[in-house]
Amino acid sequence: MSGEPPRDPGAQPERTWLAWRRTTLTCAVSVALTVRVALADPSGPAVAAACLGALAWVGLLVTAHRRIRALARSRPRTMGAAQTLGALACVLVLVGVGGMMLL
Amino acid sequence: MRDRLSATLRLWFAPQRLREEGTTPDYRFSLANERTFLAWIRTALALVAGGIAVDQFLTDLRWGVRTAVATVLLAGAALCAVRAVNHWVRCERAMRRGEDLPASRFPVLLAGGTAFAALLVVAVVVFGLAGR
Repeated sequence: MSGEPPRDPGAQPERTWLAWRRTTLTCAVSVALTVRVALADPSGPAVAAACLGALAWVGLLVTAHRRIRALARSRPRTMGAAQTLGALACVLVLVGVGGMMLL
Repeated sequence: MRDRLSATLRLWFAPQRLREEGTTPDYRFSLANERTFLAWIRTALALVAGGIAVDQFLTDLRWGVRTAVATVLLAGAALCAVRAVNHWVRCERAMRRGEDLPASRFPVLLAGGTAFAALLVVAVVVFGLAGR
């Protein structure tokens, strides 16, 4: 190792990890909505849906955390199936949660 | 058509196969593509939040209308997320092959849908159609 890698003047890795952070925050807003619904009306399906939503959020947090660590390398590699499908699965689970709340 | 569909679907589940094609682009382009993907995922998450909010907070609406609006928003969210993965794969492949980036009608559809919904809300507010 010869000191710091040359800084990317466009700060691309930093912008990308901030984008991951924004995404987990947006997800937290959706999950907070479902939790609020479950707290206002603590019926079985609503609580189950909120728990499922929280689980999806944790999944996205783990995915984002691992990607952010990979981005810390000097020349980060392209993201893989874990990231694309992880994010997709999180959204689809939350769509399912929203569907459960409609019932 | 079916071959192309199955090839794209395989890339969804194993994007590492992309590395077999063409040359690796400048990593900054891939990161830009990743951020675009994340922006679409956020759009999908916002649509989910909108769907849940409509169902929970617009309780003055009739059940049928409320559920229909919420279902449209949730279905839009699912579509948006699936398309995000598809578009990311296609852009990444195009960059590796040195082709033009794929054009897409989806943003126009989403913008059209949003504009339509906004006009609907304007009409409801201006003409006082929302009950009472």
